[in-house]
Amino acid sequence: MLVVRDLTRDGLAPASFTLDDGECIAVRGASGSGKTLLLRAIADLDPNEGVVTLDGAERMAMPAPEWRRKVTYIAAEPGWWTDTVEQHFTDWTAAAALVRELGLQDDCGNWPISRLSTGERQRLGLVRALMLRPQVLLLDESTSGLDDAAAAAVERVICARLRDGASAIWVTHDTAQARRLARRALAFDGGRMCEEAM
Amino acid sequence: MNFITVTPIDLAIAAVLVILNGALSIALGLRIEAQLAIAAVRMVVQLLLVGIVLTTLFALVSPLWTGLAALAMVLFAGREIVARQERRLLGAWAYGLGTACMLVAATIVTVFALITQVQPDPWYNPRWSLPLLGMILGNTMTGISLGLHTLTTTVVRERVAIEARLALGASRNEALQSASRGAVRTALMPIVNAMAASGLVALPGMMTGQILAGIEPIEAVKYQILIMFLIAGGTSLGAVTAVAGGVYRLTDARHRLRLDRLAPGPA
Repeated sequence: MLVVRDLTRDGLAPASFTLDDGECIAVRGASGSGKTLLLRAIADLDPNEGVVTLDGAERMAMPAPEWRRKVTYIAAEPGWWTDTVEQHFTDWTAAAALVRELGLQDDCGNWPISRLSTGERQRLGLVRALMLRPQVLLLDESTSGLDDAAAAAVERVICARLRDGASAIWVTHDTAQARRLARRALAFDGGRMCEEAM
Repeated sequence: MNFITVTPIDLAIAAVLVILNGALSIALGLRIEAQLAIAAVRMVVQLLLVGIVLTTLFALVSPLWTGLAALAMVLFAGREIVARQERRLLGAWAYGLGTACMLVAATIVTVFALITQVQPDPWYNPRWSLPLLGMILGNTMTGISLGLHTLTTTVVRERVAIEARLALGASRNEALQSASRGAVRTALMPIVNAMAASGLVALPGMMTGQILAGIEPIEAVKYQILIMFLIAGGTSLGAVTAVAGGVYRLTDARHRLRLDRLAPGPA
């Protein structure tokens, strides 16, 4: 279980909530209302204050890289640091099944990054993060650049992870998607958060 | 030794060339005649002052005055490093990091050369220590400023990629490895090029100066080789420590990228 207590940073009023194992919470709100700030603060990617624990373990008690492998932030536009797709994976062969599940071509491993479309980048960024098998997925508009079929494939993969006990906080502007995935939502307005049922 | 003294009349004749430059600027409408005149006058005044200061220091052979002169050189060079940064670190780090790394690198290499190879008596004799330090410092300064400039601009440009690695559980050193390697490579490029081109493309200034002062070419060459090795050592040491310090400052103990510690870039 992920527990967030009085988490705050510049542009984000103190936020508190819990996330059960296997649960998905949707995060909604206008652009610039603080949704991404919340996810980045949970992943400890920006200076922040407050207490965040995972299964009772306080994140400050563990090295930040270890925390981020358990509680992984997946940006809307994933970053790439070298030339080809497979160079971004520690074990590309092991990623093959997920790559196919998400509707990507088998041979995309040796494609240069510059050849990838926005949607392909988004799905490969997701595969890259899922290969770490994180306990908590912090998904930032992970289907914003995808067509309906690809978005459905992403939802199927994430739901499978939820059934395996992982949990997710999913920022989405798609109300229907939020209803499909989550029973409750965090609604943002001007950096302030309130919890609501779906 | 064939030493030909240059007289003030010789200098005045050479100055005619600068006056011709000024005339050319006026004739072609380049509008740099004022800058040219100021730069030429500054150069003459500064070098004459340095000549007087060095003459005094060489006569004193005092460890205190030699040390103070060396410190002044390092502090001036530190200012130059800051001036050459497009995105400088905020606060005392802007001046402190480059200056401290240069102080350490240039001091270690200069003292190493003085006590093991050049061996003047006493070891800090300003006739040898100050020119050696000056040459090492000038090049180390260039290396450090290039290294820090490349590091900061790369980190700003590659922010998304670096944060992607951090988000996937990379440590700060892993996430910034490519940026820091590129920064050190850029810092070392001038000395690598200078060594590769020495003698073929250009005759190094110090060697040429010694030859003009009447030293046998082979002796001047040996001195130049020594200086090149010292510069390479000083530049590497300075650039590696400055880039490592830059990586330390641009991240924090929680392995976050801290671009808020950089001054805003030019508009």
